Amino acid sequence: MTPLVTLLAAIGRGPLTLLADVGRMATLAATALGRAARPPWYLVQFLEQMLLMGWLSLPVVGLTALFTGAALAQQIWVGGSRFNAESTLPAITVIGIVRELGPVLAGLMVAGRCASAIAAEIATMKVTEQLDALVTLRTDPYRYLLAPRLLAATLTLPLLVAVANVIGVLGGFLVATTRLDFSAAAYLSGTARYLEWEDVRSSLIKAAVFGFILALAGCHHGLRASGGAAGVGRATTDAVVTAFVLILLANLVITVAVFGR
Amino acid sequence: MTARLQVRGLRKSFAGRPVLAGVDLDLHARESLVVIGASGTGKSVLVKCLLGLLVPEGGSIRLDGQELVGADRRTWEAARARMGMLFQGGALFDSLPVWRNVTFALTAGRRIETRAMRARAIAELARVGLEPQVADLRPAELSGGMQKRVALARAIAARPEILFFDEPTTGLDPILADAIDRLILDQVRALGASALTITHDLDSVRRIADRVAMLAEGRVVWTGTVAALDAPGHSLVEQFVRARPVTRHDPSPVQRG
Repeated sequence: MTPLVTLLAAIGRGPLTLLADVGRMATLAATALGRAARPPWYLVQFLEQMLLMGWLSLPVVGLTALFTGAALAQQIWVGGSRFNAESTLPAITVIGIVRELGPVLAGLMVAGRCASAIAAEIATMKVTEQLDALVTLRTDPYRYLLAPRLLAATLTLPLLVAVANVIGVLGGFLVATTRLDFSAAAYLSGTARYLEWEDVRSSLIKAAVFGFILALAGCHHGLRASGGAAGVGRATTDAVVTAFVLILLANLVITVAVFGR
Repeated sequence: MTARLQVRGLRKSFAGRPVLAGVDLDLHARESLVVIGASGTGKSVLVKCLLGLLVPEGGSIRLDGQELVGADRRTWEAARARMGMLFQGGALFDSLPVWRNVTFALTAGRRIETRAMRARAIAELARVGLEPQVADLRPAELSGGMQKRVALARAIAARPEILFFDEPTTGLDPILADAIDRLILDQVRALGASALTITHDLDSVRRIADRVAMLAEGRVVWTGTVAALDAPGHSLVEQFVRARPVTRHDPSPVQRG
């Protein structure tokens, strides 16, 4: 092989690998959802996953939203004061939180927590032959492991993001009313006046998509793991990186689709 | 006699390297067949192909005359419902207590009939010599030998017609290995099942085999009775049995002892 061909092959390998990965993830998602449409259904596993991803993620998501909302309000006030627009603080805070920061930060925090956990659990099952054991014990891993995780994440993230949005606005409210001389009534009326249904809808759509993505990334990399403990570690890292990148990409796509006109 | 499981010309390769290059094998009803062979000769790959966990590239697997190679998912599911497997490492589900592991095949993993299933699991555990208190423990709380017993209880709980054992005594001390072998033999006889075991352990072979097959270079190169192992008439089998180097590769593809 000539050096030029070697160079071109090296350049092309990355995008090809990425495209192949996306194709495999799409196939995995279609297979898991197709199988989930038929019984047996695993309601207990589904509820367990909702508890793990939703309830147990609430503290970290809530704290993230609270601190980010508070910091955002402070920044908007400082920036707005440069052109006498301090009064826009409640409107910009709620729009920023609901449209962007709430879903994105909650998605990233839950991805860090749950995509890694899903990947580690499934990868461990793979390398210790527990997935093979499932098959020999008349149980479809797609129905038993993947479908409950995909559905639970897709339904749980909107609930988490709804809570995160409220807590984020609360963070802005606390800074505005305790440090920036806003009255509680003025802040809340400014928040309510400028928040539109479209903002909430896009926030929840993003959350559902991010939930699906993070669970899919965890399942995909877990199922592809090989090579013992090192393989489990690689799967965990890859799942988080993939989930982060795809969540940020999906956020851009949805934002442009919903608000790009 | 027609074989319960008949394998002909089974082929499987990985990254272009053939691992199974035309395996022919018969497993008869109520027979305990042991497949021996050096590490990396494809014994585990063979069992995974027979269970449909790996897709072979060619050949035939017939279960009571029904072709499984190329069969659809439902056919495989029906075939697997007649099979049980004891994995080398046990492959017990860490997240479930022992009793749910044991009854997993009966419920397909669903949390149903809890009281009845727990009682059934305790009865199955008794069959492999474990106390009822073990039922509520997690697999990580068990010793290696206890994990093997639980895995055996899980494999036989659904009363399969064919049992596969992958290195059942690996990593166990000789006394425990002997106990596991006796358990395997007792359960196979009690169920009237056929058993296919893969192992390196010659003591184990002599304890549990009715018939032995040697896998080498992707093929079954020798089959015979346990008694024939001592005079196999095949250099690779002799090397395996007596652990002595071979000076000449035996050209005959298959010999029957």
